Amino acid sequence: MSTPFYVSPQQAMADRAEYARKGIARGRSLVVLQYADGIVFVGENPSRALHKFSEIYDRIGFAAAGKYNEYENLRIGGVRYADLRGYTYDRDDVTARGLANVYAQTLGTIFSSAGEKPYEVELVVAEVGETPDGDQIYRLPHDGSIVDEHGSVAVGGNAELISSYLDQRHQDGMSLAEALQLAVQALSRETNGSQREIPAERLEVAVLDRTRPQQRKFKRIVGRQLDRLLEAGGATTEAESSDEE
Amino acid sequence: MEANTRSTGRLPAAFLTPGSSSFMDFLSEHQPEILPGNRQLPPTQGVIEAPHGTTIVAVTFPGGVVLAGDRRATMGNVIAQRDIEKVFPADEYSAVGIAGTAGLAVEMVKLFQLELEHFEKVEGAQLSLEGKANRLSTMIRSNLGMAMQGLAVVPLFAGFDVDRGRGRIFSYDVTGGRSEEHNFAATGSGSVFARGAMKKFFHDGLSEAEATMLVVQALYDAADDDSATGGPDVARRIYPIVTVITEDGFRRLTDDESSEIARSILERRLEQPDGPRAALL
Repeated sequence: MSTPFYVSPQQAMADRAEYARKGIARGRSLVVLQYADGIVFVGENPSRALHKFSEIYDRIGFAAAGKYNEYENLRIGGVRYADLRGYTYDRDDVTARGLANVYAQTLGTIFSSAGEKPYEVELVVAEVGETPDGDQIYRLPHDGSIVDEHGSVAVGGNAELISSYLDQRHQDGMSLAEALQLAVQALSRETNGSQREIPAERLEVAVLDRTRPQQRKFKRIVGRQLDRLLEAGGATTEAESSDEE
Repeated sequence: MEANTRSTGRLPAAFLTPGSSSFMDFLSEHQPEILPGNRQLPPTQGVIEAPHGTTIVAVTFPGGVVLAGDRRATMGNVIAQRDIEKVFPADEYSAVGIAGTAGLAVEMVKLFQLELEHFEKVEGAQLSLEGKANRLSTMIRSNLGMAMQGLAVVPLFAGFDVDRGRGRIFSYDVTGGRSEEHNFAATGSGSVFARGAMKKFFHDGLSEAEATMLVVQALYDAADDDSATGGPDVARRIYPIVTVITEDGFRRLTDDESSEIARSILERRLEQPDGPRAALL
């Protein structure tokens, strides 16, 4: 009988983390930003049907980078968790904090159990409040840690570069068009410093809009509305840059 | 389940198992005891006394459908509640009005709303109007045991069929039997009188405003002859709930709008207590 090689726990965890990170890095990044009336989700997604962003509950949205079947599984689990909780207690008792905790526990257990392959996903759970102060954004990396974010967050392969770009430029109280424009600029940055063009039809955009009269605040932005917002955002940034000159 | 979630904090396996897009199917596998249909009833003698809702009416017009209900709940010969709500949005394009045992009906509506919303979120698409109507059928059928003990729920379901571009009405019996109604329908104890009124008032070219007026006239006639149906309560400012569903989605008339309709009808009824006359021929 051969003796199994000894692998230190540190090494085993580092290997698993690297495996998950590589999986996540294969996909395109996405960003989630606060704007004056809510939270906007922006990502590059050539598919019209397989979404990266979706509604979990009235005020709660979900965004994911990484392996589709794994985050889809987590998304449906989250919808079931939220709907069951809202049905047993009350709609107000479903919160992003609760959901993020459940996701963190789930990802953490999977990451540290030796029998299971770690999930190659990175999630964002966001809840829009009555006012911008009430907005909550949680980032959940593959290992089950949980990060409480403010203003802007990027996940996916290119996340560090994009986050630092967003951190420098994001401001409170931006309009939707401005936030969208900033998000697209951030996403189109390449690691080698160059810019590439992302056409509107490859963008997936959704918002949690606190001004919506409906109880459910999640809304996808598509077609002409998206074109209009992109144009408006482009116009304001051009106007600003000409002012600076 | 709850205990399980707390102990490990992780989502239980059932939550992450790929499967049905139906919330009810998920519940029946994961936590069947909280589904209303799975409740064990103790043996009872006679009919259980519980508040009952009464008259719901619906009428189609070119471009949509109107669903309305009175506000009275009764328990035997006592008025249990004067301002009960019996008409609810089911989702963006449909609404459900309930007659029968109020407590069970409200619970059924809550589960029905959740069922439609859950499907929409999981699938990323809405159910067809037919699919929604069938789902409601299943829920009524699961209540049959209680219906046999006098706790029946008989809803009226109305919606705008986005695929066909028109409003449609579905009525149900206590066994979950479903039938599509043409032009107009009513359910509940005052429904016979309401239906008589609608039969006389209905015509093909109704406008939205005329359709809302028509349902309130019908509810007035139901309240006139059925003691369990409440008429417009001017003193307490409680007016019928009137909802309109069109291409633009679900809309509930504001209190001001429905009070204006009700008051104009009341004024005319002061002169003509039996309401507008139809020509004999």
